[in-house]
Amino acid sequence: MVKKFFERFYVALILIFLYAPIAILIILSFNGSKSRAKWGGFTLKWYRELFKNESIMNALYTTLIIAVLSALIATIIGTAAAIAINSMKKTPRTIMIAITNIPMLNADIVTGISLMLLFVALRYTLGFSSVLISHITFNIPYVILSVLPKLKQLNPHTYEAALDLGASPAYAFFKVILPDIFPGVLTGFFLSFTMSLDDFVITHFTKGPEIHTLSTKIYTEVRKGIKPEIYALSTLMFITVLLLLIIINRKNAEKKAPVSRV
Amino acid sequence: MNTENVSNAKTQKLTSHKNGDGIVGIKSAKWLSLPYAVWMIGFIIIPLIVIVYYGLTTVDNRFTLDNISAISSPINLKALLMALEQSLISTIICLLLAYPLAMILSKSRMRSSSFIVMIIILPMWMNFLLRTIAWQNLLERSGIINTVLKFFGLPPMNIINTPKAIILGMVYNFLPFMVLPIYNVLIKIDKDIIDAARDLGANSVQTFLKIILPLSLPGVISGITMVFVPALTTFVISNILGGSKIVLIGNVIEQQFRMGNWHVGSGLSLVLMIFILISMAILSKYDKEGEGSGLW
Amino acid sequence: MGIHTTKLLRGGSTMTDNKLINLVNITKSYGDNVVLDDLNLYIRENEFVTLLGPSGCGKTTTLRIIGGFETPDKGQVIFEGKDITKTAPNERQVNTVFQKYALFNHLTVAENIAFGLKIKKKSKEYIKDKIKYALKLVNLDGFENRMPDSLSGGQQQRIAIARAIVNEPKVLLLDEPLGALDLKLRQDMQYELIRLKNELGITFVYVTHDQEEALTMSDTIVVMNQGYIQQIGTPEDIYNEPKNAFVADFIGDSNIISSIMVEDKLVNILGANFPCVDTGFGHNKPVDVVIRPEDVNLVKPEEGIIKGVVTSLLFKGVHYEMEVNANGYDWLVHSTSLFPVGTEVGIQVDPFNIQIMNKPESEDEEAVELEI
Repeated sequence: MVKKFFERFYVALILIFLYAPIAILIILSFNGSKSRAKWGGFTLKWYRELFKNESIMNALYTTLIIAVLSALIATIIGTAAAIAINSMKKTPRTIMIAITNIPMLNADIVTGISLMLLFVALRYTLGFSSVLISHITFNIPYVILSVLPKLKQLNPHTYEAALDLGASPAYAFFKVILPDIFPGVLTGFFLSFTMSLDDFVITHFTKGPEIHTLSTKIYTEVRKGIKPEIYALSTLMFITVLLLLIIINRKNAEKKAPVSRV
Repeated sequence: MNTENVSNAKTQKLTSHKNGDGIVGIKSAKWLSLPYAVWMIGFIIIPLIVIVYYGLTTVDNRFTLDNISAISSPINLKALLMALEQSLISTIICLLLAYPLAMILSKSRMRSSSFIVMIIILPMWMNFLLRTIAWQNLLERSGIINTVLKFFGLPPMNIINTPKAIILGMVYNFLPFMVLPIYNVLIKIDKDIIDAARDLGANSVQTFLKIILPLSLPGVISGITMVFVPALTTFVISNILGGSKIVLIGNVIEQQFRMGNWHVGSGLSLVLMIFILISMAILSKYDKEGEGSGLW
Repeated sequence: MGIHTTKLLRGGSTMTDNKLINLVNITKSYGDNVVLDDLNLYIRENEFVTLLGPSGCGKTTTLRIIGGFETPDKGQVIFEGKDITKTAPNERQVNTVFQKYALFNHLTVAENIAFGLKIKKKSKEYIKDKIKYALKLVNLDGFENRMPDSLSGGQQQRIAIARAIVNEPKVLLLDEPLGALDLKLRQDMQYELIRLKNELGITFVYVTHDQEEALTMSDTIVVMNQGYIQQIGTPEDIYNEPKNAFVADFIGDSNIISSIMVEDKLVNILGANFPCVDTGFGHNKPVDVVIRPEDVNLVKPEEGIIKGVVTSLLFKGVHYEMEVNANGYDWLVHSTSLFPVGTEVGIQVDPFNIQIMNKPESEDEEAVELEI
């Protein structure tokens, strides 16, 4: 059918548009010459150089640590907050949710600047901790956003059933509620981790002169001319993300396909 | 944990649910929000107050409106108008490209579409800077595209460092943010409703205009929000793809802060925030139910 | 396949012999799953036809093929003599009432009802009158400006019906429309639908898995299972003279007992000879026997053809439901008399109430086993 052909063609065009730049990066990572337009033979040397490059590795290390820590802390605070919000009456709940929406609706640049000014006003040295605090701040709303729907879907009577059977509130929470909302908690963590990894603007304003994350490191390289090691790094990152997505989707597909016993 | 859910979460905002029983019987649950409340006040609300303070004061802490009126200087005004113009164009282009794509994806069957959605989402997970730099490579005067054009004897294209390049960069970076909310809303439309419209005599065009389009509006609004605000306030895209020639309001603010003019920078930020608030207000008028386009 | 036998008409029904819809050799598969296999069915003008069967039997698919939402792999759909197999749904003179109402939530009740009329470019006056008429017809006067999600299930259902009939279709297709309503409301709506049909003179094709609904409302019932038509007939025919174990079991409670046809008008059930009225089933041939619970007469042990013991007793309001174990079979008995558990009783059945059926020749003719 003609319609189907055009539809497929359109999707293909969009996909080419989306992936062309990424393909370029990957190809260039194997380019023997440093030039961006001339091919100088296939090589793996940029990958080797990448791992030898201290400043890039440091930035990578910093990025990962901040991502993991901020995601972890944000998940704990956010999950607790979500549970609290879920049990609030309408008015306080609306207020809490409205304020939670602020960092997500606000432009990156405003969030970054406002946090920077806060630290400056408090005479707090900008560095690792200020970045960590900032990341936690913009991560918490995503955790709440992931956990709250799971809480909404929760059957309130399972908690009561646990109490009825003799469990203390804390025991009931950890054994009944937490396992039920765990997918939401996990999603929140994963989402926070991702947002933290990818952030540039907020980190840019709150990092101070000493440390670098990957994003800020790459930004400094733009002016000087991108080192091919960065292409190698981006290729590795892409492959990692691709593998992760495939694994997760496979796992989901297994979960969704019901195991028939009868 | 579903990758679609994770990526969709980037494109949502929270809604206040109508029936709120919550977890029955946890009396102490409210206090669980204490750490968050403290954090919120400390790191969301107070910083906003600080930025307002800096925006309305001089270096010697006297009240002034100069920082805000700085927007009217020719350079700043031009930067703001260019940012508005380019972000509006980018948003419209994103919408025009995303809507058909979302429709096509929502029609295909479950299994293959989840794969295609994953493919659309995947670039989003690449580092934002790297994606933009990749376009710089493509568009440069001695870049890939021109090399290919030269090979075919065609004239080189000179898009880099012009507004066109920035619009291209904006569309490229934000397109998935427009596709996902619309897609999410479209797949939720009950197939029976489409059948009912056809049953009552509507052809494909009528069904689209009268049923699908109105019902997809919340997703469109969500998408526009997710694209317009970041596009309006970006400075990275204009730096990388515009060289030092194109200066947008984001660049202006960033420059002020780099030079240590925090008060002026804050004042300009306040102006920017007003624009954001205005666009939010306009958009929320069309979003009557106050709901985003969440997947859950 | 089934043939229309008697023409017992329901009260007020104006069914004619005119074949409005003719489904010819319809086959439809989804992947490996054959949903309809060489189906042949015709529907007469002004008839209330119910397609009845369990989930997956193909009844909804048949309905959707008539409506145009599915195209058969093989076969034709003939409407008033014309082949409409390939015609799009928006060009057919049928309208559908969907199971979950499918109301347009972003439009008011009036706009919902007016939808089809606006497409046909009717005048504003005409539309306004029609909306008023339709709302009155379904007893929802004054609901013009309400939004669908502010209405109850029953009200939404009536709006869905109003929206469909306002287009004056020749045929109204209804896909289990009353499924989501509670019992009392469902019963009220059943009477409403019959009233509507008689007032409007439209042909109704109704899909349900609820046999009581089918018995109440239909002129003709088409019993389906696994893509095949098991039996077509009036409600009385289907109930009193089921053709096979599946139909007997699906409609009403029944005792289905494996028996031996001794000779014409005599059948051996569980070792005892019962006189009956059926002929033509052969000599000493295995058959299935159907006896409705209300047709089992409990008498003094010495007066019965076989003897048994009451093993359970439930009060059902309209009658007592008892189980009687006799000759190795647990008989289901409905009676207005009470026999306590443990009582010895005799079982007697009028010859007229014993229905003989051939043994199932294929899976789809067998009674459905429920797993609890």
